[in-house]
Order: sequence, then structure tokens, then C-alpha cells
Amino acid sequence: MFAYYFDLALRSLRRNRMLTALMILAIALGIGASMTTLTVLHVLSGDPLPGKSAKLYYPQLDPRDMTNFRPGEEPPEQVSWMDGMNLLKAGRADRQALMAGGAVAIEPPDPAIAPFFEDARLTTRDFFAMFDVPFLYGHVWSKADDGNDARKVVLSRRINEKLFGGADSTGKILRMGGKDFRVVGVIDSWRPTPHFYDLMTGDYSESEGVYLPLLTGIDMKLPFNGSRDCWGNDTNVDQKTAQCTWLQFWVQLDTPAKAAAYRQFLVNYSRQQKSLGIYQRDPNVHLRNLMQWLDYNHVVPSDVHLQFWLAMGFLIVCLVNTVGLMLAKFLRRASELGVRRALGASRRSVFAQLLVEAGTVGLVGGVGGLLLALLGLWIVRMQPSDYAALAHLDLPMFLATFLFAIGATLVAGLLPAWRACLITPALQLKSN
Amino acid sequence: MDILPILASLRRHKVTALLLILQIALTCAIVCNAVFLISQRLHRMQLPSGMAEHELVQIRLGSVGDGSDAKSQTQADVAALQRIPGVQQVAVVNQLPFTEGDASNGDLKLKPGQQTSTLTVAQYFGQNVVSTMGLHLLAGRNFQPEEYVDLDTALASLNNGSAQGFPQTVIITKGLAERLWPGEEALGKTFYLGGDIPFRVIGVVADLARPNQFYNGIENSILWPMRLTFAEGGSYLIRCAPGARRAVLKAGLAKLKELDPGRVVLEKRTYDDARSAFFAHDSAMSDMLLSVIIALLLVTGLGIVGLASFWVGQRRRQIGVRRALGATRGDILRYFQIENFLIVGFGIVLGMAMAYGLSLLLMQHYALPRLPFGYLPLGALALWLLGQCAVLAPALRAAAVPPVVATRTV
Repeated sequence: MFAYYFDLALRSLRRNRMLTALMILAIALGIGASMTTLTVLHVLSGDPLPGKSAKLYYPQLDPRDMTNFRPGEEPPEQVSWMDGMNLLKAGRADRQALMAGGAVAIEPPDPAIAPFFEDARLTTRDFFAMFDVPFLYGHVWSKADDGNDARKVVLSRRINEKLFGGADSTGKILRMGGKDFRVVGVIDSWRPTPHFYDLMTGDYSESEGVYLPLLTGIDMKLPFNGSRDCWGNDTNVDQKTAQCTWLQFWVQLDTPAKAAAYRQFLVNYSRQQKSLGIYQRDPNVHLRNLMQWLDYNHVVPSDVHLQFWLAMGFLIVCLVNTVGLMLAKFLRRASELGVRRALGASRRSVFAQLLVEAGTVGLVGGVGGLLLALLGLWIVRMQPSDYAALAHLDLPMFLATFLFAIGATLVAGLLPAWRACLITPALQLKSN
Repeated sequence: MDILPILASLRRHKVTALLLILQIALTCAIVCNAVFLISQRLHRMQLPSGMAEHELVQIRLGSVGDGSDAKSQTQADVAALQRIPGVQQVAVVNQLPFTEGDASNGDLKLKPGQQTSTLTVAQYFGQNVVSTMGLHLLAGRNFQPEEYVDLDTALASLNNGSAQGFPQTVIITKGLAERLWPGEEALGKTFYLGGDIPFRVIGVVADLARPNQFYNGIENSILWPMRLTFAEGGSYLIRCAPGARRAVLKAGLAKLKELDPGRVVLEKRTYDDARSAFFAHDSAMSDMLLSVIIALLLVTGLGIVGLASFWVGQRRRQIGVRRALGATRGDILRYFQIENFLIVGFGIVLGMAMAYGLSLLLMQHYALPRLPFGYLPLGALALWLLGQCAVLAPALRAAAVPPVVATRTV
């Protein structure tokens, strides 16, 4: 039966090519635009560490003085050196890492390659285990290296390819910032999207090329990447003692009970700091998990949301357009449908036949929409954003495009098909 | 031409006509708001920086070593750049208007010890900045050579808890002056930054936009007489004739490379390029909005063509009868034109209400200003024009139906 309906649909569509083309064009444009923006939204609002993100938390403390104090205000988005170090040393979480963004000048061993600056992550060693960073060669520096100004470095796959042609470079010496470093590990391709662990250096920026022990990087006074917020009248600008927040501190807490205990620990810590006269404000702590932290920071750009809603509005106009055209078309075939009804076709089978026709338009429109979405994503990748390169259609979105197109056209076909079923066969046969 | 028969006939195609009206209303609502969004972006992109934008070239270098001789190197660089033919002025500056990345900001207070800061200013400093940028000095004077201090000595003195090594004077923008002391003379007044360090205003410039963070007030910028080196993040800003920029950039890079080949070029561009990179998002977004507007009008226009053609085909016999009864071609043509005018008109009335509702939604979620009412008649006019253009071909085809059709059976 379906094959017969399909045949009828093709005949009908062929009879009025211009109208068919118009409907397909409208569906394809609407689907193309909405799938392009939906894909971008899907990529940008994804979970950077699926399966792990619920266990990762970002503690916030409030070490500021009473200047500009507003009750109920959010604590700063980063921690100071002193608080970061205290929390790190307390070691109350399953894993914890204190980190900052920096840049370092690299002098390649091959003199043919000119020296260049590379973004560096200055961090303590739990970073790698906590964020499931995959190692290609070697391993992270030792626990002792976190505290003894060790000249050790972990390279990204990209930098290892650039400097050492992709070979196992562990044990080699690399000159950075005028000092000699020993390569201890190389990580595999790793680009969490968004760049969740440090949103100050760009929500969707690429992962850093080199990873150094935090203390080493700070003592070398490497150029700083990120944001520094200071308070107070202290004119001190020394990184370790200044009243500024500029580091990120992440913890891994494996169970909700541990998270609750850690929150209490942060409150107690704040209270203790206040009693020591270091803090001036009452305890004001937050412990958001990874996805909550991204939500709170509105990581997905508002333009991307706006584009998505714009495309949805456009899709609705396209669908209304298709409904109108299909209705006109089906009603014009009243006499043909009247004959079919008179010859014994039930109302239901006429309805089914018309829906098959609508679905066929949806299928072709979906193919067109898919091509347009691929074109649209190609255009997005040309755009000047950090996330541009990430805009690719994955398999679920690929399938969703088809289902969406056919579903939308079927919905669009419901009203016209229903109206066309209502015609009285006798009336249609009598006229003319 | 009587409207009533047209309305009566439309009532026979109620659902189809309503769908068309709905489509036109949605198109009207989206197009009005999209055009407004584009105008917002264009306005942002045209914000003045206050500089002689088309005459500036920026080069920023990074030091691979420890930068211990950066001061003398910077001096040598500036001298060498100044000798390049076509170069008028050279400055070293810490930041530029309309650029991404870290910017130097400070909390400004009008009184020492004030609990809440008055506003946040962008802090510009460097050698020879005012004249190289081409800032327009409205009142007061530029910095004198003896007012300048070195960035590292200023910071060192701050670390020792004294503000003595810091500059004492400051040049501010007219916009900031009006915010701080409305209706008063700003010259000679004092404000406080950081640890209650006082700064005396010695000059007022017309405009100097801050690098970013425009929510802090785009015009709230100050300038300090403070020298910095390339190793401390200073950019070389070179002023030359607009036509000479590419050549000067090339010659400048070659010269700097010759002076010390070990340095890394972090930035080399004309200021126009820097500015368009900063606004690239806005420009991309307005392109995107423009393509949505075009696609919407295209789909709606073609939808009108399709439906009108259908109706003409459906009504061939009636048209023949009317023609046989004495209606002229013009009558038939006008019939379809007026029918379209009415449908689009209904759509526009509904569309204006929707446009307003959509604008309220956008205000709520994207912090946008309210859609000005002027956009509504503009949108109406555009849709009426679109409708008339779209219906013309089918209407002409209808007018061409010969009266003899009336006598034929199908």
C-alpha cells in the first residue's frame, strides 16, 4: 500500500513542479538554518568531561575586604595564592589542583624553527588525573616536583609534533623562558569544550601547548594569561602576597556526601580565616560542580542563543508557508480525491495517501536541508570565533536532521490532509 | 473597486488566507526586529576610538630572554622606527582601544578612603602616546618629559608601600570629566586610584575609547606619563600617512628583526585591521541577520507567488465570466492586487503586535533596548511592496484570461 501511495505522491508532485520545488525549498531552507544553529548550540553546550563532570567541583571563597560590600553578593570567581595554597595543602578532596594560565617563550631544539610563544598551563599534578587527560608518552611530574621548583614539562601532542616531529620526546631537554626543562610526558589530543577549567583565558579556547609545575612557572615570573581581581588599598603587586584572586582551584569529590563535607570545610576555613583577622567578611562560599559552573558563567554566547531562536522563527515561517501551499494543492485535487473516495477508498486511506505525499516532500526537503546545514556549518567554521572550528555535524545530529525534517513536514501535512479528507465525494463528482 | 466582494471571496478560502496572513505576520515581526538588531550592531561598529585610526600601525614583540636590557632596546627600537621614511611619530603603549585581552583597569574614587568606588577607568600609559594616537586635546596640556616615570620603578615603589615613584598627573577624556564633575572645570581637580594615590588632571582629550568592557562606560579612560618597554607588554604604535601603512609595517618589522633577531613578533597590523578583528563578531552577526531577512522575504514572496498562481488557476472560469460580463483586464489585475494588499495588510497589523511582543522578549533575555516604533511602518511598507511585486506576475496572467473561457466547459 505504501509503495502505491508513494507512487501516487510522486505523480502528484511531478504534476506541479513549480509548487513542489517551492515547498521543498522552503523546508530545506528552514531545516538547513535551524540544524546549523542547533548543531552549534549542541556543540557549545555539551559536557566537556562526560561521566566525570558531576564529580568535579569549583570552590569559591570570599577573602575581600568590606569595600564595595553588598550582602548576598557572589564570591570572586578565582582564588588568591594564599587560599589556593592552603586548600591544596589541606588536601581534603579526593583530588585537587591549583592552576593559572601563562605564556612561555620556546626556543626549539631545531634552529630552523624560529622561537615562539606558547600558552602554558601552570598547575599542580592532579590536573591530569582529575581531568582524565590521556598520555601519549611518559607521565606527569612527581608529587615532590610540585613543591621544589622542578624544571619539568608535559607537552601537548601538537607541540611535540612541532618540536620533535611526533617522536617520544620524554627525557629530552627543551629550552623555555631562558631555562632548560626536561620533557617528562606528552599528552594525546585533548580539547575539552568548553575550556572549562579556566574560563578567564577564553570560554572555548584551545588547550594549552605546554604544562609546567605551578611553582616553577610562578617563580620564573612567566607572563600571566587570565584575569586578576584585586581589592584593598595595599599597593603590593607581588603575585604570592598581593590581595588578588587570579588562580583556579578544582577538586574532585567522588560522592555527594564528600561534597557536602567539603562545603562545610570551606565554611569552617572561612570562619577560621576571619577569626585570624585575615578575612573581613562572614563565610561566603560556593561549591558548584562543573556543569553548574558553566551555567553560572553563561558560557554559551548569547549570540548563539539568539541565532538559534532566529533560525527557529525562520523554520516556523517556512512550515506555515508549506502548510498553506500544501493545503491549496490538496484542495485543488478535490475532484480526484472525490473519485478515489467514490471508488471505495476510505477516508483513512486518502488521509494516509496525502500524508505520504507530505512525507516525501519532507524527505527531499530534509536532504536539501542537510546539504544546506553542511554549507551553513562550513560558513560557521569560517567565522572569527574560538569555537568556529568545533562546528561539525555528528551522527546523532545527522539523524536528527532527517527525523526533524520529516516530522516537521508530516505535522505541516496534517491540517491540509485532514481538510482534504472532509470533502464529500458526491459533490465533487457532480460539479463540472 | 469594491472591497466587499474580495472579502467575500477570501472567506471561501478562509484557512489558506489565514495561513498566509500568519506567515506575513511572522515575517513582519522577525524582519522588524532583525533590522533593529542589525542597526544596533552597526552602531557599535561605528563607535569612535578618538584616535587617527587610518594612520596607525601596531607592532608588538615578545622577549625570549629575561628582558634585562629591554629599556635600552626599546629606546633603540623607537629611534630606529622613527628613522623609517614616512614615519611621523612613534609611541610605546600598553593597550589600544577596541582590542581583546587583558586590559589595565582601575577603580576610581573622588575622595580618599571612599568605601565604594565611583567608576572603573581604563588606564593607558606609555611614551609619546597622546600625539602619536592623534588624540584631540581640548583643554590643558600634554605631558612634559620630566613628568614621565618608568613602569618598573613605579611598581617597585608601590611594592615598598609608597606612591612617590608613581606619576602625579593624568590626562582624562571629556566624557569622563563630565561624569566626574558635571558642569565644572576638570583641569586641576584630583581623583584617587588604587591605594588612594592622588592624580591631578592636567589635560582633557575629546575621545579615547577603552579597550573592552564597555559596560564600565566606553569613554572612561585615563592616560599616565609612564614609560614601558616592549618586554613589559608595550606595543610600538607608529603613525604615518594612510597610504604608507603597509610599507611602513614591512620596513618596521625588518628593522626590528635586524636590531635583535631573537625576538618574537606577537602582533603586526594596521589599526584598521585590529579594529575590524575586534568587531568581527558584530559584523558576522549582522551578516547572519541580513541573510535571514533575505531568506524570509524570499520564502514569503515565493509563497505569495505560489498561492496566487494557484488561486488564478482555480478561478479561471470565474475570471472568464467576469470578463465576458464586461470587466476589463485592468479590473481583473486590480482585483488580485487589492486582494493581496488586504491579505498583507491583515498580516502587518498582526505582525506589528507580534514584533512588539518579540521585542519585549528580546529585551528581557538579551538586554536589548526596545524596538523603536519607526521600524514598524518601515516593515509594513517593505512587506506591502514585496506582496505587490510577488502578486504581479500571477495577476497579469489572470488579466490575460480571455472572456471566451466562460463559454467552455473545463
